[in-house]
Amino acid sequence: MSKHHVSATVNGDAVEFLCETDETLLDVLRNQLGLTGTKEGCSTGDCGACSVTVDGRLVCSCLMLGVEAGGKSIATIEGMAVGETLHPLQQKFLSHAALQCGICTPGFLVAAKALLDKNPNPTETEVRYWLAGNLCRCTGYDKIIRAVMDAAAEMRGA
Amino acid sequence: MRYEAPATVEQAVALLSAAGSAGRVMAGGTDLLVQMRTDVVEPGVLVDIKGIAEIRQIAEEAGGFRVGAAVTGAELKEHPRLKAVWPGIVEAANLIGSTQVQGRATMGGNLCNGSPAADSVPALIAAGAKALVAGPKGRREVPVEDVMVGPRKLSLGRDEIVIAFLLPARPARSGDAYLRFIPRTEMDIAVVGCGVSLTLGPDGTCTAARVALGAVAERPLLVTEASGILVGKRIDAAVLETLAAAASAACRPIDDKRGTKEFRIKVAGVLARRVAQIALERAEGKTA
Repeated sequence: MSKHHVSATVNGDAVEFLCETDETLLDVLRNQLGLTGTKEGCSTGDCGACSVTVDGRLVCSCLMLGVEAGGKSIATIEGMAVGETLHPLQQKFLSHAALQCGICTPGFLVAAKALLDKNPNPTETEVRYWLAGNLCRCTGYDKIIRAVMDAAAEMRGA
Repeated sequence: MRYEAPATVEQAVALLSAAGSAGRVMAGGTDLLVQMRTDVVEPGVLVDIKGIAEIRQIAEEAGGFRVGAAVTGAELKEHPRLKAVWPGIVEAANLIGSTQVQGRATMGGNLCNGSPAADSVPALIAAGAKALVAGPKGRREVPVEDVMVGPRKLSLGRDEIVIAFLLPARPARSGDAYLRFIPRTEMDIAVVGCGVSLTLGPDGTCTAARVALGAVAERPLLVTEASGILVGKRIDAAVLETLAAAASAACRPIDDKRGTKEFRIKVAGVLARRVAQIALERAEGKTA
């Protein structure tokens, strides 16, 4: 079986790639498109490190095949900052020290942005439930939640 | 491994017929891709049904709803009418996995994955939902409780596909609910799950009721004694105790790492009582 020829949009740019059926979107992003900001954690959809959005919908890129991305618009962590200007969530993660080893951070940021795009004024409980599928094994959850709440407040004021 | 994304139900059925035992239906893929990665399943042909419009839609028809089998949990949650009429089904489907998983996971997949602990299945059984099944001989309707026969085993043919769930017309003063027991607050698999759907008459007497349990047998169960216990009565504490006993009696669970037989049997009764209470309050219009 020949490889699939797939055309998609990633962070606003048209991309084309070739992939085998069993290659996940995560494999394609990291190994073919060189977008290594999206991390591989568990590979079973439990940890959220590979979070991306597909047509605006938050998903685990390890639970989607690359071939399924045809015609879709994908957003990854690489598309979050505008040039050298960090997104407010990224700034707040730094100022709140909401990361330690950093492996979970891109997934948290992508997931948190998907929440704030939908709900600019979430309660702490809503943030915690929304991010329940993102695991931080350094267990810095409180700082992460505070950073998200602070970023949301700043973005509402902006 | 081939990947096919047919545009019609008929094409999907033909692909599965030709593939024989190598074929596998893919909806959200949140269970399937994990099983492929761990070599639990090794399909030769993946038939992705998400490109088929009618399998991805929610429609109001015949006074009820037709919910496409590949509608995601996130989409169910964003459908205000479905959520208002069948809150229990939407809540059950929304308990499956994380926000990320909700972006992909579907009720068709939840059923056809064949787990006795599938959260959306007891809610669908309680609702009296029928699975609309397409195969080489056309379409047929199968009560949801008759689809799964055991762990990973379905009553469907290899070239049959669940394309939608048909939810019946909903009389006034009806309510449904679903709860599961897990030892944490989120992201877990049911130790016991329970769905209840009921309707009240003008005087508050129960006129119809269905109760279903998950994770207490080799497949999700309809508690057949439950409607006899609830129908014709005003649902009070004594009736709920009788219901709890019937739910416990219906269980035939296993011991596993999630819970013992004894624990599951007890919790099934507790959940049946609590879930029936929520369904009752919804039917009375006291809560949303």
